Formats: sequence, structure tokens, C-alpha cells
Amino acid sequence: MKNTAIFVIILISAACTLFMRVLPFTILGGKREIPQKIQYLGKILPPAIMAVLIVYCLKDVPSDFKGVGMEKLLASAICIAVHLWKNHTFLSIIAGTVAYMILCSVW
Amino acid sequence: MSEKKLVWYGFQQALPITCSYLFVSMAYGMTMEKAGFFWGWSLLTSLTVYTGAFQFLLVTFLSSGASILTIAMTALFMNSRQFFYGLTFVEDFKKMGKFYPYMVHTMTDETYAVNCAMLEKKDEKENDFLKDDKKRRRIMFYVALFSRISWMIGAVGGGVLGQLIPAQLTGIDFCMTALFLTIFIDQWKAAKHHFPALCGLFVGVLCLLCFGANRFMLPSLILVSGVLLIMEEKVKREEESL
Repeated sequence: MKNTAIFVIILISAACTLFMRVLPFTILGGKREIPQKIQYLGKILPPAIMAVLIVYCLKDVPSDFKGVGMEKLLASAICIAVHLWKNHTFLSIIAGTVAYMILCSVW
Repeated sequence: MSEKKLVWYGFQQALPITCSYLFVSMAYGMTMEKAGFFWGWSLLTSLTVYTGAFQFLLVTFLSSGASILTIAMTALFMNSRQFFYGLTFVEDFKKMGKFYPYMVHTMTDETYAVNCAMLEKKDEKENDFLKDDKKRRRIMFYVALFSRISWMIGAVGGGVLGQLIPAQLTGIDFCMTALFLTIFIDQWKAAKHHFPALCGLFVGVLCLLCFGANRFMLPSLILVSGVLLIMEEKVKREEESL
């Protein structure tokens, strides 16, 4: 990818993120009341979005099961197990990632 | 309380954030390096975008050549939570003068949590200096500053380290999956009911099978919001019956 394209994509991402950060300070003009529909979405969307993101991370599993799919599923299971067991974000990320790196080099 | 003490208190409040940011952003810098983007790109992204989960996603978007529309819409969806964080601190930030824009730009999941905790701690005897809004706002600024600095250092450090030990890094990109899994589990535990999470999984897999790995992200996000909006009454009834 060309450097200009990378630059533009990063700036567009920054603009979209900034837009969401600035929004409550501009449109509301200090008022706290937000439409009930938006409040509802704010409460229920985050877990739904995270679920979609996990599907995104594992998108190659069905099409390339023998290549990386198995390793990804196994490492995910280890990460989930460690997180349920110790409930420590650091530890879970390290365990899952190291497991995946080992699985990749062994297979 | 002197300015020095405010800096120190801010540093202490930020310490759990700075430690975890150093670690996560180093993983980010390494992932970028492994994907072929040198530390300068990591620094630019961390300076301008500055939001953990989406920055990881952006690496795969950049290397897989996702469309601008997908990238922009995903950024808006994923960062919509920032909107709700901002609401809590509209008045505080607006009264911070020249720091106001900086505060708006640098609030993250973690600094939001610390800022909220300080609002709670106001009523404790040993923290009654937090009742002085001016002091509390100075501390909020230092928390934001230290957090952001640690994120930059980690991102650049990870990239440089990635250049030095490139061979050992195969598979480092899995840290994004691991990060999302831990967030998902934490949200699952905190949620009263799991319809939104399950709906996201179901719609995500369905769209993956229909649209293919490179195109399913945007339809998934739109479809899942639509379904959750249509099901609003049902979701609320379930919530009330619990």
C-alpha cells in the first residue's frame, strides 16, 4: 500500500474517532437529556459489537481450518479458560498469544 | 495541596493505566511492525486515533486493504461508546480552559473509569480535597497525560523491539483476538442478559458465511444494530422480568 493511502486511512480513522468524542460536547450544548433510543443502543451495542469483532478475528477459521483455524480456536480456548480461571486481563492475553505463537511454530 | 502533590496523586491514579497501556501498546507496535508498518505509523496512529481496540483492528484493515467506508463505519460504531463517556464530563471539561480540547481528545475507557472513581471518592474523608473541583480537574488532566504518554512510549518501543527481533514475532497479532475475548467475557459477566452478545455472534457468523471474510464486517454491524432496535421491546421486557 502506498504511504499516502496509509496516511489518509489513519487520518479518516482519527476523524471518525474524534467525531464521537466531540459529539456530546457540541450537539447537547450542556443538556444531559439524550433520546431514549440512543440510551438504549448505548447500553446494548457494546457487547454485540465485541461479538462481531471476535467473529472478525476468527474469520479465517472455517476457510482455512487446517492452516491456522485449529491453532486460533485452541489458543482462544486457552485464553478464555485462563480468563475465567484467574480473571486477569494481562495474564489471559499473554497466555493466549504465547499459546498461539507456540502452536504456529510447532505445527 | 501544591501542584507537585497533584501531579503525584494523578500519577498514582494513572499507574494501573500506564502499566497496562505500556504492555498493550507494545503488543500493538509489534503487531504493526510484523504487518510491515514501521514505528512512525504506530506513533502517528497512537497520536491521532488513540483508542486501543480500534487501533488493533486498523492494522488488519490496513494490511487486508479494507474499503474506506468499512473502516470509517467501523470506527464510528466501535467508538460510539466515547459519546457516552463524554456525557458524564461535559461540564468538567468545558471548565478546563486551554486543556478542554486535550481532555475531549484523550478520554479512553480506562481514564473514564478513573475519573468516575474520583467522583465517587469525593465523599471519603481522606480524599476530601477532591471536593475542590479545580484540584480534581488538574488531577484528571495528569491522569490523561500520563496515560497517553505511556501509550506512545509503548507503541514506539514495540515497533523498535519488533525490528530487532523480527523472527520471533510470528503470531503476535493474536493479541488482538485475546484482548477482544477478555473484553467480551468481562462484558458478559457484567450484563444482565446475553441477548445482545449472542445476537452479535449469530449475525456475525451468518454474515461471514453470506458475504465472505473480506466483506462481512459492515453488514454485520448494521444488521445487528437493526435487529437490536427492532427487538427493543422484547429486550426490555426480559430485563424487567429478571
